[in-house]
Amino acid sequence: MKNLTFKMLAALTMVGLFSGGSLSLVYRAAMPSIERHRLEDLKKAIFLVLPGSAEYKEESKGKFTLYEGIDEKGNSVGYAFKCSGNGFQGKIEMMVGVDRSYETLKGMVVLYQIETPGLGNKIAFDDFQNQFRELSAIPEIEYIKYIKPQKPNQIQAITAATISSVAVIKIINRSLQEVKKTFAG
Amino acid sequence: MNYFKEFKKGIWKDNPVMVQLLGMCPTLAVTNSATNGLAMGLATIFVILSSAIFVATLRKIIPHQVRIASYIVIIATFVTIADYTLAALFPVISKALGPYVPLIVVNCLILGRMESFASKNPVPISVTDAFGFGAGFTWALVLLGGVREVLGNGTLFGFRVLGDFWEPWIVMVLPGGAFLALGIMIGIMRHFTQKPFIMGVQMEKMIGYRQNNKLIGSPAIFQPETGLGHKIAEEKKEKERQEKEKKKAKAKATPKDKAKEKPVAKPKAEEKSEDKSEGKDAAETPEPAA
Repeated sequence: MKNLTFKMLAALTMVGLFSGGSLSLVYRAAMPSIERHRLEDLKKAIFLVLPGSAEYKEESKGKFTLYEGIDEKGNSVGYAFKCSGNGFQGKIEMMVGVDRSYETLKGMVVLYQIETPGLGNKIAFDDFQNQFRELSAIPEIEYIKYIKPQKPNQIQAITAATISSVAVIKIINRSLQEVKKTFAG
Repeated sequence: MNYFKEFKKGIWKDNPVMVQLLGMCPTLAVTNSATNGLAMGLATIFVILSSAIFVATLRKIIPHQVRIASYIVIIATFVTIADYTLAALFPVISKALGPYVPLIVVNCLILGRMESFASKNPVPISVTDAFGFGAGFTWALVLLGGVREVLGNGTLFGFRVLGDFWEPWIVMVLPGGAFLALGIMIGIMRHFTQKPFIMGVQMEKMIGYRQNNKLIGSPAIFQPETGLGHKIAEEKKEKERQEKEKKKAKAKATPKDKAKEKPVAKPKAEEKSEDKSEGKDAAETPEPAA
């Protein structure tokens, strides 16, 4: 019996040691690369929502981090910020770009979503995201169903995925107000 | 040990998805496109191969009581390695598969192969078996993902294959479509292989089944004189009896023929040896010497 206990302990310890050892090695090898991908994605997202920018500056305040896009001549293009909230099935995370007066959206890109494939996940497709280019956020963004947008602050919701579309708009409206308060006083 | 047979059984006869219905979580969840199915299949092949090597190597060291715990830790290690590797080298695929790569840990296909094969067999044959099952899992996932992607989105591997006339069946890329497509595919496969689906192959082996109106089954279960086993055993016995009778009849028939032949042959030999000149005429005369 004692012998068996010892054997069991030895086997589990050995397996655990191997597992921990190899995982720490893999983690060390893979982490720089994963971090680089994350930064690249961030950079790509910022440049996507702030067209014309060539560099960005970071500024953190409260729970938001504001990325200021700067074009080749050194002029500020606008601000980009990450925002997230609940969608239809889970968290939606987006990068949103606005102009310097926080009045017009420059662009939006979805960074993370697990909405329904084929329906809700169309919020991450270009057709939907491009609607946020030069979209007025005054007084706030609205949506319309089935027909083309009628007002400068309207977007067309995705058919059969209204909840996801509305969730995106709500998140942007809410966090835009918060960012404005935090950074513009 | 027949390596090819061990490899083939995972591909077709004991296919994890189509026959054994193992690993349904990734099968149903990630197959909304052929690419995702392929990536998940390849990740699973990596995990099942490495785990098989490890488990088969350690099969005599790991005590029986802690085997499941050890297998889970080993499998989880390789899954995490696969997850990090995908994230580091193929971020796009890693994003598409999302949380389903870590979930390979609980894929019962892998644990099942470790428990029922790799823990009892040497490394080379275990690797063959694992590769067969991994490949069988992969082709089933790619096929399922392909069917769902074509019907639900009009594309295959991201390329448009159906024109604008095609109104996508959105349900096919939703969870419901996974069940529909898988059910129909298994139905079609069963139709051609003609085996009744009784809780997978293991059950079939235990209680026997009909194939082309022939009874096939394991004799071990026919001992108790009840139920299906009893009937099958009786029919089998009856058949054996009939066959024995036939053999007996044949055996009885053959000596008679020989007896008839012998008298004919003997005179021939005698005549040939005694007088060669009258050979032809003498051959026609029936059994004088006998």
